[in-house]
Amino acid sequence: MQTKRLFTIAIACLLAAGCAKTTKPDEDATDVVGADGEISRQTGIDTGAVAGGTEYLEPGMLPGDSTLIQETVIYFDFDTARIRPDYSEALSAHARRLVGNQGLNVRLEGHADERGSREYNIGLGERRAQAVRQVLMLQGVSAAQITTVSYGEERPAARGSDEAAWERNRRVEIVYSE
Amino acid sequence: MILRRLTSMLITAIALLSAAPAVAQLRIEINRGVSEAVPVAVVPFGYDGPGQAPIDAAGVIAGDLERSGRFAPLPDDDMISQPTSGREVNFTDWRLLKTDFLVIGSLLDQGADRYLIRFQVFDVFRGAQVLGFQIPASANSLRAASHRAADMIFEKLTGTPGAFSTRIAYVSVTRQGEKDLYRLFVADADGANPRMISESSQPLMSPGWSPDGRRLAYVSFEGSRSAIFVQELATGKRTEVSARPGINGAPAFSPDGRWLALTLSGQDGNLDIHVLNPATGQLRRLTKNPAIDTEAAWSADGKAIYFTSDRSGGPQVYMVPVDGSGGARRITFEGRYNARPRVTPDGASLAVVHNDQGNYRIALVDLETKSTHILTDGRQDESPSIAPNGSMIIYATRVAGRGTLAAVSTDGRISQTLAAAAGDVREPVWSPYPTY
Repeated sequence: MQTKRLFTIAIACLLAAGCAKTTKPDEDATDVVGADGEISRQTGIDTGAVAGGTEYLEPGMLPGDSTLIQETVIYFDFDTARIRPDYSEALSAHARRLVGNQGLNVRLEGHADERGSREYNIGLGERRAQAVRQVLMLQGVSAAQITTVSYGEERPAARGSDEAAWERNRRVEIVYSE
Repeated sequence: MILRRLTSMLITAIALLSAAPAVAQLRIEINRGVSEAVPVAVVPFGYDGPGQAPIDAAGVIAGDLERSGRFAPLPDDDMISQPTSGREVNFTDWRLLKTDFLVIGSLLDQGADRYLIRFQVFDVFRGAQVLGFQIPASANSLRAASHRAADMIFEKLTGTPGAFSTRIAYVSVTRQGEKDLYRLFVADADGANPRMISESSQPLMSPGWSPDGRRLAYVSFEGSRSAIFVQELATGKRTEVSARPGINGAPAFSPDGRWLALTLSGQDGNLDIHVLNPATGQLRRLTKNPAIDTEAAWSADGKAIYFTSDRSGGPQVYMVPVDGSGGARRITFEGRYNARPRVTPDGASLAVVHNDQGNYRIALVDLETKSTHILTDGRQDESPSIAPNGSMIIYATRVAGRGTLAAVSTDGRISQTLAAAAGDVREPVWSPYPTY
């Protein structure tokens, strides 16, 4: 999980670095128009050994989605299953991918922090997984492509009994399977 | 280099070999006992048989009485005499030592794996026997027979049946490299004899005893989904009784052992209380509410089910009749969080997880007066389970960041910690009385 997040950050940094370089014309650069109309740019290395390449898109996906779908963990505030607005782009990208690939299935794994009773926390984790499921289904994903499972507090992502650990544990993980 | 690798492999192997029992064994420490604990002397038992006595029965009995918090056994070294039969008892010795009660006994090896534990209890002040009994045993059941003797002594002296012959099921979690290993254990009530009955790299949770103490229901997440299993302890044979889409959780046997209350959510994630007859597959839905309804507990007479629901906003305890004759009625009102009810054997109170100013604690709710009495002082106390004699509540707590078991008497006066050597232990459930 940690490595996946790091990877997402690394991609974002590469994109940012590419953008910063746009003052200097670069023949290897490829402009990409994102879902929100923003322009991002990938840049090749000066030696010319590696070309810039373009984003690989599965059917139904929009430019920028391959970055967005690397966001596979949705975090929640205390005692709520409300999805924060900053996840809507990533969830839309996941929805486009699933709509465009009917053979693709996804498992939504809901989790809670460790406070309170265990089976009730299974309920809270399920509520979060269902909130993500609803968002995906509203954007056209078939119910048959989605399963949910709630682990409650049984599989924490972070150890410890402080707010920092609890924040990382209140989450839904999006797990793809063929 | 190779030598070093070999050495480190050897050390790992030794660590693995020795880890299993050390991890599993629980050690009971008494944090708080009653100040008026009754002074009692349990004299080392005589032994009539070849070689050394196969068990220190007096030690087991004295340990049980001491851990109850209600008795203060006299150290062996302080005894003026160590009688093993009634004829040898000199009550003046014991009055001098300010002992209220005296327990003496002997172990007889009758050959062919047959033993007899004989014991007598004397009221020292009156100089009279109050209890005399003998229990047959095999080598394998000597420990159980000693606990049974302690149960009888406890009942004679306190008026409450002892619960030393009972067992405790619990979940232990240890890290194996990057992964967690979940194990379900059953141990004697004093923490001895831990036996692993199930093991998984996916979570195991919510163990619950059948009323005859012969089976355990529990939830397993093997295969990345939840399912409820019932496992026979004697054979290890287990049956999957519910693996429906969505949540299969919180199993609880009915008092007659025929039904299992459980939480099912279906694909749309609406958790409701159901009852299932595992033998026939008959399933009935008891609640129908968009809120979370879970953590069923049967009333003592089996006619109603108490459960946790957050239909009013936060989790509170509700009750619903099992025969479908009425809707759910709210039971708890004090505080914003009352969950996971367990009914006391007399049916008069519920043990719950209660949020007390941000701390999760074990509380008893009086069903008649509705008053809440907080029994513990931890920050994350959960999973209360009541001894079949109603005297103690075992629960899970955290000590120095580790999951630990603890017990508190229902009157709040006695508290104990049951520490495991390593890893987290959680979800303790007290067995019913054994059937003899």
